Amino acid sequence: MTSTIILSVLALSILGIILGLAIGLISKLFGVATDPKVDLVLELLPGANCGGCGKAGCADFARALVSGEASPGQCPVSSQEVMAQIAQVLGMALEAPDKKIAVVLCGGDIQQTKVKTLYNGVNDCISAMLVAGGPKSCAYGCLGMASCARACPFNAIEIINGLAVVHNELCVGCGVCVKTCPRNLIKLVPAEAKVHIYCSSPEKAALKMKVCNVPCIACRKCVKSGEEGQFTINGFRVEVNYDNYPGEDIVSKAGCPKNCLLTAAQHLEIERNEEAGEVVA
Amino acid sequence: MSEEIKKEIMLPKGEELVLSSSPHIHVTENIQSIMLKVVLAMLPALAAAIWFFGIPALLVIFWCVLFCLVLEIIWCRIAGKPASVVKDGSALVTGLLLAMNLPPVTAWWVCLLGALLAIWLGKQVFGGLGQNPFNPAAVARVGLLIALPRQLTYWIPSSGMTADAANYSEVFYAAADFTKIEQAGQVIDGITCATPLSIAQNTPKILDSGVAAADNFAAIANPESYWQYFIGNMGGSLGETSTLAILIGGIILLSFKLIRWQIPLFYLGTVAVFTGLIHLIWPGVTPPPLFHLLTGGLMLAAFFMATDMVTSPITGRGAAIFGIGLGVMTCVIRIWGGFPEGVSFSILLMNALVPLIERMAKLKPFGFRKPTPAKGA
Amino acid sequence: MNEQAINKDLKIVSFKGGVHPQKDGKILSKKASIQTAPLLERYQVIVSQNIGAPPKVVVSAGDEVKKGQLLAEAAGFVSVPLHSPTSGKVEGLVDIPGPMGVMTQAISILADGKDEWTELPASIDWRNSDADTLKKRIMECGIVGMGGAAFPSHVKLSPPPDKKVDYMIINGAECEPYLTADHRVMLEEPEKVLEGAAILGRAAGVKNVVVAVEINKVDAINAMMEKAAQFNVGIVGMKVQYPQGAEKQLIYAVTRRKVPTGALPADVGCIVQNAGTAAAVAEAVNAGIPLIERVTTITGEPVVNPGNWRLRLGTPISEALKLCGGVKCEPGKLILGGPMMGFAQRSTGVSVMKNTSGILLLDKSDVTQYESSPCIRCGRCLEACPMNLQPSALSQLAEAGQYENALKYNVMDCIECGACAFACPAHRPLVQHIRRLKAEIRNRTKKEIKK
Repeated sequence: MTSTIILSVLALSILGIILGLAIGLISKLFGVATDPKVDLVLELLPGANCGGCGKAGCADFARALVSGEASPGQCPVSSQEVMAQIAQVLGMALEAPDKKIAVVLCGGDIQQTKVKTLYNGVNDCISAMLVAGGPKSCAYGCLGMASCARACPFNAIEIINGLAVVHNELCVGCGVCVKTCPRNLIKLVPAEAKVHIYCSSPEKAALKMKVCNVPCIACRKCVKSGEEGQFTINGFRVEVNYDNYPGEDIVSKAGCPKNCLLTAAQHLEIERNEEAGEVVA
Repeated sequence: MSEEIKKEIMLPKGEELVLSSSPHIHVTENIQSIMLKVVLAMLPALAAAIWFFGIPALLVIFWCVLFCLVLEIIWCRIAGKPASVVKDGSALVTGLLLAMNLPPVTAWWVCLLGALLAIWLGKQVFGGLGQNPFNPAAVARVGLLIALPRQLTYWIPSSGMTADAANYSEVFYAAADFTKIEQAGQVIDGITCATPLSIAQNTPKILDSGVAAADNFAAIANPESYWQYFIGNMGGSLGETSTLAILIGGIILLSFKLIRWQIPLFYLGTVAVFTGLIHLIWPGVTPPPLFHLLTGGLMLAAFFMATDMVTSPITGRGAAIFGIGLGVMTCVIRIWGGFPEGVSFSILLMNALVPLIERMAKLKPFGFRKPTPAKGA
Repeated sequence: MNEQAINKDLKIVSFKGGVHPQKDGKILSKKASIQTAPLLERYQVIVSQNIGAPPKVVVSAGDEVKKGQLLAEAAGFVSVPLHSPTSGKVEGLVDIPGPMGVMTQAISILADGKDEWTELPASIDWRNSDADTLKKRIMECGIVGMGGAAFPSHVKLSPPPDKKVDYMIINGAECEPYLTADHRVMLEEPEKVLEGAAILGRAAGVKNVVVAVEINKVDAINAMMEKAAQFNVGIVGMKVQYPQGAEKQLIYAVTRRKVPTGALPADVGCIVQNAGTAAAVAEAVNAGIPLIERVTTITGEPVVNPGNWRLRLGTPISEALKLCGGVKCEPGKLILGGPMMGFAQRSTGVSVMKNTSGILLLDKSDVTQYESSPCIRCGRCLEACPMNLQPSALSQLAEAGQYENALKYNVMDCIECGACAFACPAHRPLVQHIRRLKAEIRNRTKKEIKK
């Protein structure tokens, strides 16, 4: 009995040692030489694999960084510290880009717009667009079926009252939602730009008001209250000029009659209040 | 048109219009109606089981169905799915199939374990209806067979086989409690019986040809026994016995287009050909093909288990390959394997191969032509 | 099919796959003879009515126009002109709801009540005319495929010179449930359809001209068989199955030729035209009448008096419904076209176009409700698919977002007939999933080309 045990232990141990040596030898002989810098950089990177840098994931980006094709600033997820660390490892100087975040330029939630038809089909904005352009009465507004929210790798988009709202503190500006939205409502704007005009419809004001309570009617009150060049007039709507954006005080100064010119925080608060049951006039 | 008629004309306001993709009309069939039709097809076999095995069989069916339904509701509650999912009838079908795979005197707790294996392990962990790769009833059967081999091979004779047919349910009602049988020990000796397949397995194989080889299986493979097997007067699990009842069920399934016809055809065909060849060359090794077709769970599997829509290949060619594979594996296990019955194992093994088979048997679209390098995009 | 017997000389053909809707709804309107709609006060003629380039508007607000006068001229080869449905004054360009849900431009015409024709081109002796003259006339009269596709007919009649065409097939199948417009046209005006078929044959330079009709239209078949010989046109019967009227399936049924994937009917030597188009061609060539009206089936259980009406382009749907006595109850769906491939509408403000074969109202209880049930792999969609595809696999790929893998299942060959979603017991929105896959693949192909 004991001899069986000893024999088994010996046999397996010897087998293990031989195979272990063999593996070690083979990995040395047939090993692929990797630049240790790539692994270092890869460890520093956030590992979200969001594609915001334009490369196919963090491993690809690390390779590009080491080979000099990319710069650390391209990663929208990394903080300034991480970027500085990476720059140090690579021995290059760091140019810090401005942080950008996404904003959904539409204020038409369920209470404010009319949903004229009952939609029955795949619960996805892009699929809904294939069926007569979707159920919302405004042909340019947010459909609220969460294609962008599902696409966001950081769960930064929430659908409140049938409207997509980006949470600024969670958004890193990777740009996936911008490509996803079938109505092109989402823009990447500087993180410091807090004021937005939440309407993207190019229709005439009279038609807009038939389908929505909070459209931009291009009354120009904001343009007149602000400084020159802070807003651009684009057909029947006004847009914030994100290269020269106004401060938060413009909202009270302008007094937008449709409650369409808002700060991101105000917009979120209004949506939350509506969700809780209070309807804003 | 006069003013009067104009007043009566009602035009649609268009405020309750539904917007959806084409098509805008639909067949009336739904998943529930499909499942109920399958249950209908199983009724002849269930009736035969109760006829031949009495009250114990009815109890097994009751416990299996009850536990399957209850466990599905419990899982849905835990997983956050609406409990109305059970209305689609798939748990009912699984419960009935599970019952048909068990011996007539199965205790209630074995049924509970079986239902757990079938519903939770066989279906729900994969995501529910339509997502499971393995046939739930087969998973339960195999799991129970390996964990509780004695309970799952405790066969009692059918009522037609006992001399005292009138008192059959009295006698075997007591037998339904396995623990009582264990305690009673010798008292209920003579109640258990062997199934034809187990007898076939225990018969020593004779390799050379000659009279001895040809007569090796004569006791179990003769015209009178074939008739008994056909109508179901033999030992075995509830659904295995009556070939006649299953054939009736099979015709119902085929006429409602609930199963892919290639599976029973190729499965039974392959078994017949395979065992036929072996029996021809070595008659002492295995009984003739008709024996194999009529005994064991082959008929049940060919029409009800292997043809499960979710776990069998969806294309016709794939179903044929599936059937052939099942046939080969069943025969191999029956003739040379350690178990008398190879059907459940074959089903699980072939279920595992279904994604591969589907890859091989993809449909070619209408007007398909191989892309040639000369033609542009 | 029980009133008359089918002529025993009729050859009956079919294709593999498809579905047979039990309740085909044609009973509501198949006995209703064609009625001509009275002149309305206003017509809103949608500008973009054809595949290809929309025509260029040549009238402006305030212009006086006569019936049949040019409103918009063709913009390129794959385009057709647009003509006025009546005489009156052009009010201007308006935006009205289009059939695809988006607002579209329309020319609003206020009728003057006189309904005077403009000067029409001379009649052509088509038996002695050459193909190019005929094609030119077909183009000038704004003829497009009236079965639903609205593809400019003269373009279809001009295949590339290397493709030898020997069959002209007139599509009299009308396989969609509820629709009976083509049936009534073939029954009441068989000479027009047959003459149009012969003209189309001559314009395309083909010898074999065949009108293919489903055998549920026995009276129409018999009416045409009587007159077919004088135009040298053959009649073929087809088994009642949806989608028998789909081009590829029709060609296979009649000629046993399979159109290769990604290819056109001309590649197997066939050209297919709708029966209504053939009738319009006959009128255009014989009398120079442009395409300004068409026969449309207005039907559905909610409609008080379903029927087949000759409606002019630009007729608002609400006016069309008034002709039928309005509705009995609020409909669940308003569909332009048939129930299998038609487009559900969001509003009743749409107007009749050249390819509006049907205005269908569905009762709320008949409306298909799609669910996000899982696929139970029953295989009914595979049996139903006339293109031999696997819709169950495609829809599961769409749900998983695996658009590239869909190419391995030949998703681009789908003709979007809807037979699969009709048959699915789990009520899955299969066609929407497949459309999503196709849209995604087309986008990626565009991006690749850009790169």
